[in-house]
Amino acid sequence: MEKKHNSHRPLAQPGSSLENKTGSWRTHRPEIDKNLCIGCSRCAKLCPDACIFMKMDKNTKLKAEVDYDYCKGCGICAAECPVKAIKMVKDY
Amino acid sequence: MPLNNKTQFIEGSRAISLTVANIRPDVVSAYPITPQTHIVEDLAQMKAGGKADFEYLRAESEFAAASIVVGAAAAGSRVYSATSSQGLILMMEVLYNAAGLRLPLVMTVANRAVGAPINIWNDHSDAMAMRDAGWLMLFAENHQEAVDFHVIAYKLAESHNLPVAINVDGFVLTHSYENVIIPGRQEIKKYLPAYKPAPGTYLNPQKPITLGGFFTPEHYWLEKKKLDEDIKRAASDLSRAYRDWKKILPSPISIKPKFDNGLIEYCGPNKPKTILIAMGSVAGTIKETLKTEKDTGLLKIRSFRPFPAQDLRRIIKNCPRIAVLEKAISAGAYGPLYSELIGSLPGYRGISSNHIIGLGGRDVSVATIKKIINSTGKAGLKFW
Repeated sequence: MEKKHNSHRPLAQPGSSLENKTGSWRTHRPEIDKNLCIGCSRCAKLCPDACIFMKMDKNTKLKAEVDYDYCKGCGICAAECPVKAIKMVKDY
Repeated sequence: MPLNNKTQFIEGSRAISLTVANIRPDVVSAYPITPQTHIVEDLAQMKAGGKADFEYLRAESEFAAASIVVGAAAAGSRVYSATSSQGLILMMEVLYNAAGLRLPLVMTVANRAVGAPINIWNDHSDAMAMRDAGWLMLFAENHQEAVDFHVIAYKLAESHNLPVAINVDGFVLTHSYENVIIPGRQEIKKYLPAYKPAPGTYLNPQKPITLGGFFTPEHYWLEKKKLDEDIKRAASDLSRAYRDWKKILPSPISIKPKFDNGLIEYCGPNKPKTILIAMGSVAGTIKETLKTEKDTGLLKIRSFRPFPAQDLRRIIKNCPRIAVLEKAISAGAYGPLYSELIGSLPGYRGISSNHIIGLGGRDVSVATIKKIINSTGKAGLKFW
């Protein structure tokens, strides 16, 4: 074909999750009571979105922290916490 | 039919598989089903005998075969598959995906009836099941057309990013012997250069992309609209591609149609009393009948998708009687071709009738066609 046809294909470039913060999908937000948290990191291992990470506080104790940019509020962390340090609260 | 040293007297399936081998696809995957079996059997044998250099992947079902070629096409290779009937229906989900992902698949559909009741003979029920999938659909009348369509299909598919299905009537074409010219590798290469997809449009681990991601309501309809526009736009390119190819490989058939633009073909008088409209191998039987029926013309549709509505309108406009002969029925309505034809003829005042012929391989003879021509004074749906 002499005339160049502009052929089309529906494609997307990688890295779009940096722009699309999926945290807005949640209805409930996990809140961590740092005084109760024993630093077992069970929540961090079980989070399906890898949104909980362990951080050292000033007393060099491990405490859980939540990445609210991507946490979708599934509540697995709250259900699994052995000391009930995580509570799901309304987020809208 | 004039014979030359390049004309071979071979089986339809063999002609198709030789052509496909000369087109040199990168990946072939198919699952055997009657009446397509000889095509893929031949290709597998070529590969096993070291005569072809494509990858031949055996699949556990038609769904897998179609998915394999979709994956291979998404990774930027030239692909080929073939199927029939129930196999095509099992592929259905993949067919829609192939069109939506805009992958240049080329597939031979050896048309066969769809069960139940089970039947292995030829009609167009399977092809009509895939008409809304977004594929280009070509219907071959004879072996030479089937061979030509395969080369043209790759040209169109790869320049437009659209999948193409070539419909050949099961047994009638696939298992019969006819004189045919098989284009050589050099001739094909001149017309169809090696496939090189545009950079960044195919799956490549060095430069990752997502194909056909999630489309929300704001964007989905735009994608479908684009598919519709691109298939319609392919009509003029199909016409041009057909003309260009015929310059390279002239047809060995001596009957010259009155009008032929690649999409449709008209044979018959200038002012016909009746026009018969048909697709596929039955057009050959009609041409034979027209030798004694001087008031009747034949309008053969080669390209069902894109549907050549404008060209059809121009030829049919002033004809007092039209009869659509088709090998499929949309139970509860009309034949699919009839509905589409009437939809594209607003204001047509003649008598239109719909004749359902050859279902499940029922024989269509010259006598049947003559009876149909005599019955065209009465409108409506008739079974033969």
